Amino acid sequence: MNCRVISYLFVAVTIMFSTTALAAAPIKIGGLFAVTGPAAFLGEPERNTANMVVDEINKAGGVKGHKLELVVYDTAGDATKAVQLTTKLIKDDKVVAIIGPSTTGETMAVIPVAEKLQVPLISCSAGSKITDPVKKWIFKTAQNDSLAVGRIYEYLQKSKQTNVAILSVSDGFGASGREQLKAQAAKYGIKIVSDDTYGPKDTDMTVQLTKIRGSHVQAIICWGTNPGPAVIAKNARQLDIKTPIFMSHGVSSKKFIELAGEAAEGIKIPSGKVVVADQLSNSDHQKKSLMSFVKDYQKHYKTEGDHFGGHAWDAVMLIKNAVEKGADSPQSIRDNLEKTRGFAGIGGTFNYSPQDHAGLGKDAFVLVEVKNKDWVVVK
Amino acid sequence: MKRELIKFICFSLFVMLMPSFFKGGYLMNVLVFVGINTMLAIALNLLLGYAGQISLGHAGFFGLGAYLSGIMTVTYGWNPWQAMPVAAIAVGCLAYLIGFPILKLKGHYLAMATLGIGIIIYIVFNETYDLTGGPSGLSGIPNLELGGIVFDTDVKNYYLIWTFTLAVVLFSINLANSRVGRALRAVHDSEVAARVVGVNARLLKVQVFALSAVLSSLAGSLYAHTMTFISPASFGFNFSVELLTMVVIGGLGSVYGSFLGAALLTLLPEFLRSANDYDIIIYGGLLVIMVMFMPGGLVRGIPDLFKKVFKTKGGADHA
Repeated sequence: MNCRVISYLFVAVTIMFSTTALAAAPIKIGGLFAVTGPAAFLGEPERNTANMVVDEINKAGGVKGHKLELVVYDTAGDATKAVQLTTKLIKDDKVVAIIGPSTTGETMAVIPVAEKLQVPLISCSAGSKITDPVKKWIFKTAQNDSLAVGRIYEYLQKSKQTNVAILSVSDGFGASGREQLKAQAAKYGIKIVSDDTYGPKDTDMTVQLTKIRGSHVQAIICWGTNPGPAVIAKNARQLDIKTPIFMSHGVSSKKFIELAGEAAEGIKIPSGKVVVADQLSNSDHQKKSLMSFVKDYQKHYKTEGDHFGGHAWDAVMLIKNAVEKGADSPQSIRDNLEKTRGFAGIGGTFNYSPQDHAGLGKDAFVLVEVKNKDWVVVK
Repeated sequence: MKRELIKFICFSLFVMLMPSFFKGGYLMNVLVFVGINTMLAIALNLLLGYAGQISLGHAGFFGLGAYLSGIMTVTYGWNPWQAMPVAAIAVGCLAYLIGFPILKLKGHYLAMATLGIGIIIYIVFNETYDLTGGPSGLSGIPNLELGGIVFDTDVKNYYLIWTFTLAVVLFSINLANSRVGRALRAVHDSEVAARVVGVNARLLKVQVFALSAVLSSLAGSLYAHTMTFISPASFGFNFSVELLTMVVIGGLGSVYGSFLGAALLTLLPEFLRSANDYDIIIYGGLLVIMVMFMPGGLVRGIPDLFKKVFKTKGGADHA
């Protein structure tokens, strides 16, 4: 009898120890993406990519023997939900780092929470105020709007098209772009002749374009995400506007060319290198990352990976690299993230420092043009 | 009246003891929002449940309270405790002014008009960049502070918000059982009959509309000071509809019903999260079932359900 009790006890104890040993192994990462709602076009590829990358890392044996575990929640693009879910990830799921949220508004809302509870957060949204001023626990992988604006203005300055019209969408993305377009104009000698906005759900922009046509500008810069810019491209074609049109990195995917059809031809945008990955020279640092991302995404989801998914790819890889260097707690991951140098990801080459938590330089963007229904690098 | 008082005390005790079950976990944070939503649902219920006037624009008043508080504290450096009543009074005045022309409308037309107001307010938040920060929102709103205590954790905020919510509950119960409350219900049942017996229906409707807006604005200010960040997306048309759903699911014309509705609609998505992509389908399905089988709302439906279960048991015993 006694013998049996002891053997039971022995089994129980071994099971207990082995489960705790297993439970200690995986490194938990949180993901907050707007998978549904108006920002689903960001959240869905981000979630898909994050799941895909974590799977691949685990298949390859994890990081230093640790498996990664990704806990994903859908914020539906709602700031209140994002705050609640950040709290949940940190307090209940006890994650060591968070990827997301997808939009600038949500990110601004969750920053106080992540800062207070001291967990590193790598945002996938673009707003420059996320990391300016620098916040101890907050990083981001999406390229700043200011870099995209700089790319366009540089080109315009070189080709002496200095009178421009701005047409931006009235949401967070458009507002931030508009701000940057106005702020940087003087630096490049650009004169903004007209400044109009359109609603995110508008289906016809002929009014704004007719007004712009009358103002004799040399270039039209449109700042928005699908489907608005496609409507603008079509309307401009209908109105026979010959002025060169520039758009933002918000439309840098094949989707835009599908939506705008013929009217997309000749439109130029600043874009992450992902849409032109196969055209890059082999000496490009990012080429290897880009090609593997594009191929994997195609294999898993049967569609093209875009640069939104790339933001999540970069975030997972940054955390993976931090863990590889021996970090396993929020504090040590944060410290290692800040030491990231020369990481060639999808969005660009990241160099974080205590003064810079955005980490990207001008080379993150190339200017591309639609030619024969595909994106081509503008030389 | 005594029974009401006992009910209220039980409810208060229940609310105040809640935190000891959760020990500051994540649900604490959700319960803070249950408090805010309860306040909003009660505000809307006074208008819809008691006076019978629909509003699809209450998210707008909620947002106005939040933004006025936010702008006054962030841009002009006011003390939050000063900003809150000023915002509430301003929103009340605005509601009072627009109430006169709007509440002449009835039924679908009133719904359309209030819907319009909500959307106009939403557009103003989005377009006045310099004031509201536009679609990317307003950040850095200070937490409330009282006698050296800064309300910056979920538990502290829970007590802060629920103190206000309980005050609103008590106030609304009193109002509902007063002469005004009876007059409101009279207007609800038949406006003509109410006027015949000497109720100034037109003025009363405007007053309750303004009161409802003031309470919503108060909830908005509290929301702004607990979140410390606001953006227009939280105050759109969707949220107006969600509030309306809370009131209807909870039970029209019942203060505790508003609490049940707000609690259910705030907590349900959290519990359904484990169902991943199917949560929305289950959520919608549950709402449909509740409306079908509990047309009087949870506050009447749940006791009925208990009675039914109890009765069939009793019957079985007899047989």
